Amino acid sequence: MRKYSVFAIAREAMRGHNGWEKQWSSPEPRSSYDVVIVGAGGHGLGTAYYLAREHGIRNVAVIEKGWLGGGNTGRNTTIIRSNYLYDESAGLYNHALNLWQDLSQELNYNVMYSARGVMMLQHNVHDVQSAKRHVHSNRLNGVDNEWLEPEEAKAFCPPLNISQSARYPVMGAALQRRGGVARHDAVAWGYARAASDMGVHIIQNCEVTGIRRGPNGEVKGVDTARGFIGAKKVGVVAAGHTSVLMDMAGVHMPLESFPLQALVSEPVKPIFPCVVMSNTVHAYISQSDKGELVIGAGTDQYTSYSQTGGLHIIQHTLDAICEMFPIFTRMKMLRSWGGIVDVTPDRSPILAKTPVKGLYVNCGWGTGGFKATPGSAHVFAHTIANDAPHKINENFTLERFRTGRLIDEAAAAAVAH
Amino acid sequence: MLLIHCPYCAEERPEIEFRHAGEAHIARPDAMADLSEEAFQGYFFIRDNRKGEVFERWRHIHGCGRFFNAVRNTITDKFLATYEAGKPKPDLDALKAQKGTSA
Amino acid sequence: MSAPHRMTSGANRVAGAGRLTPARTARFTFDGKQLTALEGDTLASALLANGIHLMGRSFKYHRPRGVLSAGAEEPNALMGVSRDAARYQPNVRASVQEVFDGMRANSQNRWPSLAFDVGAVNDALSPFLAAGFYYKTFMWPRAAWERLYEPNIRAAAGLGVAPTEPDPDRYASRYAHCDVLVVGGGVAGLSAALAAAESGVSVILCDEQAEMGGALHHEVGISINGEDGFEWAQKTARRLAFMDNVEVLTRTTAFGYYAQNFVGLTERVTDHLASPRSDQPRERLWQVRARRVILATGAIERHMVFPDNDRPGIMLASAARTFLNHYGVAVGSKVGVYAACDSAYEAAFDLKRAGIEIPVIVDTRDGPGEGLLSAAADLGIEVLTRHGVIATGGRLRVSSIRVRPIGSSDGGRKIAVDALIMSAGWTPAIHLFSQSRGKVTWDAENSRFLPGAYAQDCLSIGACNGTAGLQEIVEEALASGELMARATGAEDVPKLSVAVESRAEGRSQWTSGMAGAGEGAGADSAAKAFVDFQNDVTAKDIRLAVREGMHSIEHVKRFTTNGMATDQGKTSNMHGLAIAAETLGKSIPEVGLTTFRAPYTPVTFGAIVGHSRGALFDPVRKTALHECWETNGAIFEDVGQWKRAWYFPRVGEDMHQAVARECRTVRETAGLFDASTLGKIEVVGPDAAKFLDLMYTNAWSSLAPGRSKYGVMLREDGYIYDDGVVGRLAEDRFHVTTTTGGAPRVLHHMEDYLQTEFPDLDVWLTSITEQWAVIAVQGPKAREIIAPFVEGIDMSDEAMPHMSVREGVICGVPTRLFRMSFTGERGFEVNVPADYARSVFEALWERAEAMGACLYGTETMHVLRAEKGYIIVGQDTDGTVTPHDAGLSWAISKKKPDFVGIAGLRRSDLVRTDRKQLVGLTTKDPRIVLDEGAQIVADPNEKIPMTMLGHVTSSYWSDNCGRSIALAVVAGGRERIGQTLYVPMPDRTIEVEVTSTVFFDKEGGRLNG
Repeated sequence: MRKYSVFAIAREAMRGHNGWEKQWSSPEPRSSYDVVIVGAGGHGLGTAYYLAREHGIRNVAVIEKGWLGGGNTGRNTTIIRSNYLYDESAGLYNHALNLWQDLSQELNYNVMYSARGVMMLQHNVHDVQSAKRHVHSNRLNGVDNEWLEPEEAKAFCPPLNISQSARYPVMGAALQRRGGVARHDAVAWGYARAASDMGVHIIQNCEVTGIRRGPNGEVKGVDTARGFIGAKKVGVVAAGHTSVLMDMAGVHMPLESFPLQALVSEPVKPIFPCVVMSNTVHAYISQSDKGELVIGAGTDQYTSYSQTGGLHIIQHTLDAICEMFPIFTRMKMLRSWGGIVDVTPDRSPILAKTPVKGLYVNCGWGTGGFKATPGSAHVFAHTIANDAPHKINENFTLERFRTGRLIDEAAAAAVAH
Repeated sequence: MLLIHCPYCAEERPEIEFRHAGEAHIARPDAMADLSEEAFQGYFFIRDNRKGEVFERWRHIHGCGRFFNAVRNTITDKFLATYEAGKPKPDLDALKAQKGTSA
Repeated sequence: MSAPHRMTSGANRVAGAGRLTPARTARFTFDGKQLTALEGDTLASALLANGIHLMGRSFKYHRPRGVLSAGAEEPNALMGVSRDAARYQPNVRASVQEVFDGMRANSQNRWPSLAFDVGAVNDALSPFLAAGFYYKTFMWPRAAWERLYEPNIRAAAGLGVAPTEPDPDRYASRYAHCDVLVVGGGVAGLSAALAAAESGVSVILCDEQAEMGGALHHEVGISINGEDGFEWAQKTARRLAFMDNVEVLTRTTAFGYYAQNFVGLTERVTDHLASPRSDQPRERLWQVRARRVILATGAIERHMVFPDNDRPGIMLASAARTFLNHYGVAVGSKVGVYAACDSAYEAAFDLKRAGIEIPVIVDTRDGPGEGLLSAAADLGIEVLTRHGVIATGGRLRVSSIRVRPIGSSDGGRKIAVDALIMSAGWTPAIHLFSQSRGKVTWDAENSRFLPGAYAQDCLSIGACNGTAGLQEIVEEALASGELMARATGAEDVPKLSVAVESRAEGRSQWTSGMAGAGEGAGADSAAKAFVDFQNDVTAKDIRLAVREGMHSIEHVKRFTTNGMATDQGKTSNMHGLAIAAETLGKSIPEVGLTTFRAPYTPVTFGAIVGHSRGALFDPVRKTALHECWETNGAIFEDVGQWKRAWYFPRVGEDMHQAVARECRTVRETAGLFDASTLGKIEVVGPDAAKFLDLMYTNAWSSLAPGRSKYGVMLREDGYIYDDGVVGRLAEDRFHVTTTTGGAPRVLHHMEDYLQTEFPDLDVWLTSITEQWAVIAVQGPKAREIIAPFVEGIDMSDEAMPHMSVREGVICGVPTRLFRMSFTGERGFEVNVPADYARSVFEALWERAEAMGACLYGTETMHVLRAEKGYIIVGQDTDGTVTPHDAGLSWAISKKKPDFVGIAGLRRSDLVRTDRKQLVGLTTKDPRIVLDEGAQIVADPNEKIPMTMLGHVTSSYWSDNCGRSIALAVVAGGRERIGQTLYVPMPDRTIEVEVTSTVFFDKEGGRLNG
């Protein structure tokens, strides 16, 4: 693989950019692999990368129904943070955050990780209690997260309305300075390029239609649009489509898939320096390097694979954005789109072995999987390579839905009063 | 915004009058107190989450208040039928054939 | 200038041309310069009339740009437009914005000026800035991305400057239903709307332009029903507007086609007016549910992709024709034409007839359609077939083109021009069709995507359906209108006919054309041949993306940003696709189309938000007693949608002092508190007790009428869902209370079980939260305060002990009087019909105040209940807490065979003995009040990450205890009572002792005291 650098750009600039190589190859599939990963999003490609890089397993294929990075990796609002409440979650997301910091250099691909700070607004006494619980817990877990008073929040994000006459006045905010954003496509492309360079096969436009199991129930491989592909181990990393794929292996999942929409505004000069989220009024927003305001909406209420949602969901989100940032009412929505998010009963992911020998699953990221990409991929590769979880993901099991040992971040931020 | 036919009101109304209430035809086990962990998991957590026609529950929460069931295609989001709670699952093939001819 | 006639509204107005009225002028400024326009001008036509072609700078290379189009597809001429300081709008398309008197327009993305822009250095550096270059660099040193590279990239990017002042304008919102929605008011849309409307069905017709007519804005020489086409369009629109069953909306864009024929429209109401009325909204959002939709959205002309095709003065042929025929503006005096499609010829002919010199028509094809060459010859225009434009000259405006035969390698012939108009063909506007989830098909003969299989009840007609020829379009449109009218129930559908005649009839105009790079912009070329003008994507960039392995069109789009600018690729997508396909050696349909996403054109946030601003963002719920609290100086807090009285500071008191006083007063005398926000559900019927037995962990069948009990509600998974006191009014009637936030979901939860799991039970549920206001009277003097007002209820301890309920009369109105306490004092909750709440309160308060009682708010309520160890669901529990964890095992009936949560509660993780359990905490130093949410550890010296045992859930200064108190959940907490634990804070570690949860009156004697 030819290294990317400012010198390489200079060299290519002189010769019309004719010397750039393909970022990844598109090989014919082999008849079998040591590991087949189903789903070429950031988590799946990253898993293949770490399998090759950290575990020496290079006879790996990543099989993708559509185009790589075309699922939630390429559709999310790219927020990165790790200030989760529970030890398990904080451990997982902070592992990811640590990997984010060096990812561009490691992959030799600028994923534009930008630690511009994620500020989570709190609007009532109950919010404040919950946020402070997070701040305290994070501090003792070594996760940066600090409390800001309204004036400090305004100083950190000048467009913010902290007027006490707002419908839900800002009573403070939790700020994770290391939180931020990254360029979503670049994450998929960077992992694809680095994995491909180590011999991983990336096979796009190849839908998996079945998961074959041997006489003892163990995984044998996958049936695909391009025929049967054998595999000693199969990792399903297919986000919204996980239930459908796992059903092929006879494993019924505790998952539901919902539409999730997002939108961007027309690009404008820098106006919004950080990421702001509000759980109370349901909105999150940042500004991309291109200048677009990137705004995440909530899920539609019904399960769907349509990758579209209702206008009223967008309305509700923009109501909240304009309430917090009244100067944005004259901004314009340029593009909106939808993804399919797979949600577990406790809204925490499943990163685990399954009852089927040789079958592993990485799913259930709901609305927030992008931030975990490197950490998730890293520990999932470990889980596949060792047929045993990494310490970081040992509690993100399927069994927890039997025993009740849930990791319920959302319930912990509970409602009621 | 979907348009949903409430079988009780016998009217099509906009989605904001309704609340989705999860997969349908999951009966609460009779002997709850003796339910095994596995059986509880199957009842409370495992979901079909099918791509295609699903049986699901809705409540006309800002209307008549009644819960009812629906058959909807999760790829197109189109409803094939709605019917009163407690009624048996309609025959899917017949529904699809019927929709196919009337469309 | 030769032919054009000088007028005040610009030197380039052509006498006798256009449809504007010369006498009606409007003054505006552009970059500070005073200019004059005619009413009806767009900003673009007015600037062109004044000889200004340079209107903007591109996004990346800051190349000088002029207007490309006369419509919504405009990528280049984007400006900041203001009415006043607060009414400023960035990124306005000059080709759409109508000029009003007093308008100020400014160019964007340039410094210091539009003509001299320092950012244009990027153009010189462009070899280094090829598509995706930023993925390959800016990585060293690591910290520099955030500190150096990114800030500079961000500053360079963006287009206009965002508004910085709150928006003083209003936005309106409307829902509408109709039988037939017609999108697009050209010949097709008008005809279809007319056909549908004449049958009597309800019709909405919308068009994005100021006037109906669509392509008739540029097409002249068309006669419809014997009159000029554009005139016919206006008359037809007026005729439709007069019909009761028709709504005609101009300046209204159908931007999104959602499920089940739900279409979003935005109507721009005032942006074209010099002095909008104060009652007019700036924009109006229409959310239309149509039984049938007719899409008549036309087609969009594509530019030619050739070297340096972006100089100001180079524009679409249809745009030049619109500027001339509608606005009366000549886009140049010597206008070259570059065509791969016949329609450019008609533009050339119109310009020529208006006296503008046409030095050449360059046609890439072997020849145009029938009759065009002779028509050109008749007008004296030279036509070069099988030729291409391989270069252009001029800096801030095109001054020349270089032309050579296709396939030759010579330097070509230079021709002087001051404008170049072009057409590579027309792209059917299938955006809304595609958004409706219809499947497109590839029309190989004409290289275009057309509507294929429909997914919703709609039809495409006219140019967006690929229909060519005016007669065919009209017939198709009338038939579609009739068909849709019938489909929505019209029986009497008159047969309409519209007679059309076109000067250009017989000459093919819409079909043919080319997509992809033209002569001189092939794979071997180093030239900049722009595909996407705004994002500076060249043919070379597309090829580079493919070379780097971006083989999916979505990858190409994302890598190059082709089609991602504010025009969303209306002119560029087909070219990008064609170049990618050619480079891949595949056909266009094999490579596929990128998804069309809403909105069709950008939509103002304010229009989407509508009225949902400020107080209307979310409804405010106020209790019936709200004004009483306001009168008495309450500070309020938000609890869900409710405003609740938080505390009642007296003059000079801060919150701490007020709460301390309220807490003391309640325990010494009494206090009045508004408990109205708690949810109330009446559960009635022969099986009411049986039902509650299933819904709560407690046993209700054994509760005697007239008594009440604290109930715990679980979800099936065994965690606490809600709690509240339930009173039994009669055998078959319960008054259930819930938490404030839990009220709606508890009722929903109950209804769910009642309707679907236990439908055999004979029970009715009714929300009575709003019907009964609740005044809690708590404290030693509580009974004394209310007794004189109560009739028909014996309030003695014997007759009405703690946890009982009576129905009677208070202050002459009905009451449900609960003897209960959330303070640990003798207490009553007086439920009265909400309409009487105020008068009852005033009577009670007059007496209570005289007796030394106080009003108290939620904060004092919290402190008092914490002193007694009463939990608040949602604060001391959080959705992961079982009744056992919360010390409520006593509330779980051991006798019941079933209740919701019985199975979940027995799972292995929920019966662990080391779960977090609710306990009390006292700080070793009684003056320290712990932080709510603070974490608790056993070993304060452990290194990070520390082992956290739990956290503080409630913490207050208790004046009654003379010290701080706290509740907490702690792993194995009840076993730890008496132990010392630690709360590590950033600045110190606080020592605490684990205690019982009751801090005050441990024996509970005061309940009857």
